[in-house]
Amino acid sequence: MNLTLKIWRQKDAKDKGKIVDYPINGISPDMSFLEMLDVLNQELIGKGEEPVAFDHDCREGICGTCSLYINGRAHGPQTKITACQLHMRSFKDGDTIYIEPWRAKAFPVVKDLVVDRSSFDRIQQAGGFISVNTSGNTQDANAIPIEKENADKAFDAATCIGCGACVASCKNSSAMLFVSAKVSQFALLPQGQVEATDRVLNMVKQMDEEGFGNCTNTGACEVECPKGISLENIARMNREYLAASLKG
Amino acid sequence: MSILDSKIPDGPLADKWTKHKNEINLVNPANKRLIDVIIVGTGLAGGSAAATLAELGYNVKAFCFQDSPRRAHSIAAQGGINAAKNYQGDGDSTYRLFYDTVKGGDYRSREANVYRLAEVSTNIIDQCVAQGVPFAREYGGLLDNRSFGGVLVSRTFYAKGQTGQQLLLGAYAAMNRQIGRGKIKMYTRHEMLDVVVVDGKARGIIARNLVTGEIERHSAHAVVLGTGGYGNAFYLSTYAMGSNVTAAWKAHKRGAFFANPCYTQIHPTCIPVSGDHQSKLTLMSESLRNDGRIWVPKHKKDVEAIRNGSLKPTQIAEEDRDYYLERRYPAFGNLVPRDVASRAAKERCDAGYGVNKTGEAVYLDFAAAIERYGKEQAYVKGLDVDDKKVVTDLGKKVVENKYGNLFQMYEKIVDQNPYETPMMIYPAVHYTMGGLWVDYNLMTTVPGLYAIGEANFSDHGANRLGASALMQGLADGYFVLPYTIGDYLAHDIRTGPIPTDSKEFDEAENKVRADINKLINNKGSKSVDHFHKRLGKIMWNKCGMARNEKELKEAITEIAALREEFYKDVFVPGTENEYNEELAKAGRVADFLELGELFAKDALEREESAGGHFREEYQTEGGEALRRPEYQYVSAWEFKGKPSEAVHHKEPLEYENIEVKERSYK
Repeated sequence: MNLTLKIWRQKDAKDKGKIVDYPINGISPDMSFLEMLDVLNQELIGKGEEPVAFDHDCREGICGTCSLYINGRAHGPQTKITACQLHMRSFKDGDTIYIEPWRAKAFPVVKDLVVDRSSFDRIQQAGGFISVNTSGNTQDANAIPIEKENADKAFDAATCIGCGACVASCKNSSAMLFVSAKVSQFALLPQGQVEATDRVLNMVKQMDEEGFGNCTNTGACEVECPKGISLENIARMNREYLAASLKG
Repeated sequence: MSILDSKIPDGPLADKWTKHKNEINLVNPANKRLIDVIIVGTGLAGGSAAATLAELGYNVKAFCFQDSPRRAHSIAAQGGINAAKNYQGDGDSTYRLFYDTVKGGDYRSREANVYRLAEVSTNIIDQCVAQGVPFAREYGGLLDNRSFGGVLVSRTFYAKGQTGQQLLLGAYAAMNRQIGRGKIKMYTRHEMLDVVVVDGKARGIIARNLVTGEIERHSAHAVVLGTGGYGNAFYLSTYAMGSNVTAAWKAHKRGAFFANPCYTQIHPTCIPVSGDHQSKLTLMSESLRNDGRIWVPKHKKDVEAIRNGSLKPTQIAEEDRDYYLERRYPAFGNLVPRDVASRAAKERCDAGYGVNKTGEAVYLDFAAAIERYGKEQAYVKGLDVDDKKVVTDLGKKVVENKYGNLFQMYEKIVDQNPYETPMMIYPAVHYTMGGLWVDYNLMTTVPGLYAIGEANFSDHGANRLGASALMQGLADGYFVLPYTIGDYLAHDIRTGPIPTDSKEFDEAENKVRADINKLINNKGSKSVDHFHKRLGKIMWNKCGMARNEKELKEAITEIAALREEFYKDVFVPGTENEYNEELAKAGRVADFLELGELFAKDALEREESAGGHFREEYQTEGGEALRRPEYQYVSAWEFKGKPSEAVHHKEPLEYENIEVKERSYK
């Protein structure tokens, strides 16, 4: 396949940035999208130019490192996948492809397509944990029976990979889907009950401080989430938040 | 006499760890506040160690090259974590887990370490459940288990095919709690480029801020490396793209011995290579082998028809299929250990029975499982067990519940539906059992420098069983290192903060700067990846699943020549004072080019076949690995300026509690 890539180039956080055109030929449909970018970068290096910086690591859809806004959609045209799981067979010969970084105030650009998502870490640090001593002297694991249905729902919420596609897809750059996934995981498990009130209040407070917008109820986050994290989690977080606010 | 002192406590095996914990020095909680510990790597080992040491009261500085500790490659582990809980009542015990692990490692791991691993395994599960890790549950609310390759009991705890992710997020959450309390200072997008040794003790690191390019000095009373394995020396592997050997290799150059570098695990159930553009390989959890049957066609004509597309695998009759694992290993069948399954697949493909275009793939078939589960469900639901459609639909549902996400992943990559047609799989580099040599306290040969998880060598021997890596990472981080490091740090309560303006820090920083300048100013003509790919080809072809003397000797020469060419002709664009991925990669590949040579040298020295290490000259008549008793030792290499000049030390392995037998899975 022969393609035209229109890629966001930005030297660093201070640079204004612009779209640059790159024609690329001989792309195999079996390549992943990131492998296609590898090919481009090898060409650029061969010409003595600087390659395009983009975030990626595991390349099997689980680390949440890859980001890429492709043709106006987080992780590209398919649903429930990351950019590393997107294959070139999703495109046609002659296509023009726009590649941009995540766009959100709380995700400043580091370089080209790489953004800083440390705001996500700070939200987790505000309460995304259960305060248990890591001593190994906890009770026997089977002493905490958990209804299978709840365990499964907690697992579904816990599968969030923290990639930020939800934020990038939201017209308000809201992080509600991300935050609600962690809140829900613990809200559904008996271990998480003791700190539930503080957890939801602190995490939401931090989320606001980081500059994420409010939920728009549009649902774009759910559509673009590579792990299919459900909007139900946002509803659950809202209920938790309301209950916590009343208690507080 | 070896200069390696393993410091294994005396006394009966089952009491060693308890006795050791009772006898080693403790640090008073007030004094822990006076002690700094650096942890490099935040995967299961590094992350859990950081959280636990901070919890105990030490000041922890944690480093990772990723943008968040949550992204360490432990996150990609799929299948599960072992623990001798015996919840299933199928005869499991600490001793059996220990026994299986030592036997699975082909009697090339350290007995006392492995026993301790088995002993603390049950604590890990309790700990993780308390942290809210959502393991799979039975309808009664209790934890579910499954079995894994190489064992006959169900001792593996899992969270669908994403166990590593859930365990890592547990450790990440524990870290977050400590970061929030100010007990861990987290340095993301930082790469460790050297260890600083002061008066013979590890006292800090030189790190590069990958965003700004700044070179930083960080001091501590002890340095812990939880930096994972070095499988990316092969270029193509299941490792994350950023996984590297740099921290461990720099430690090696500062005096830490590198043990068994040639021990590499080749995992049998990976998605085969599709072309030259390939950047990495994807593993499919070997839990799939619980239900999938592995086969290739019996007849060459069928193989050819499949390759040219005129025949589908589903059209091949049962009697024309060779279920070679079930044929060769009736007791374990498709559940033989990884090294056995990998070699058997290679053997069939080498004999010309590979089923994809490149001839490097075998089938993993779920049709029988779908039918079996479907019939069971139809029976339970009172439906017609002879209605093929009903049975298939019900069976697919069961298989989807067990492996749905893996099937989905396969379909996305290969563009084929594995519910309808058998998956294709082939072995790929997945884990390195070699690593920095450590004693029972997990300390390297440099005092104050520790290595945990995959970065050390001690627990897996020549082969790693399924679901044992996660167990070791968390055991080291949560439960072993936090005790053993106290023994060393107890002598440092009056030392005070370590200054970073010493001549040792100057020297290390200058060295790092010189290395970077050399790469950035080289202005050659070829990319870093060009050299990495060539190294990978040498490694896979000559140091891969099967090795022989002639090719290993060639590999040593070729890698040394390639390294020379790299320094003459590599081109690294950009500057050193910015976010520069090519520069980071160049440093890592430079280290792989040294490690690769030591790897081949170690493989050449080991004239036997053990586990994942298969020397073609040493095999039984049946083509199985031939272990030789005279090689029952750990090879630990001391750096002397060049990989070719490394000095070989041996730690004899003694098995007092296990009879060393020929490993058989028949």
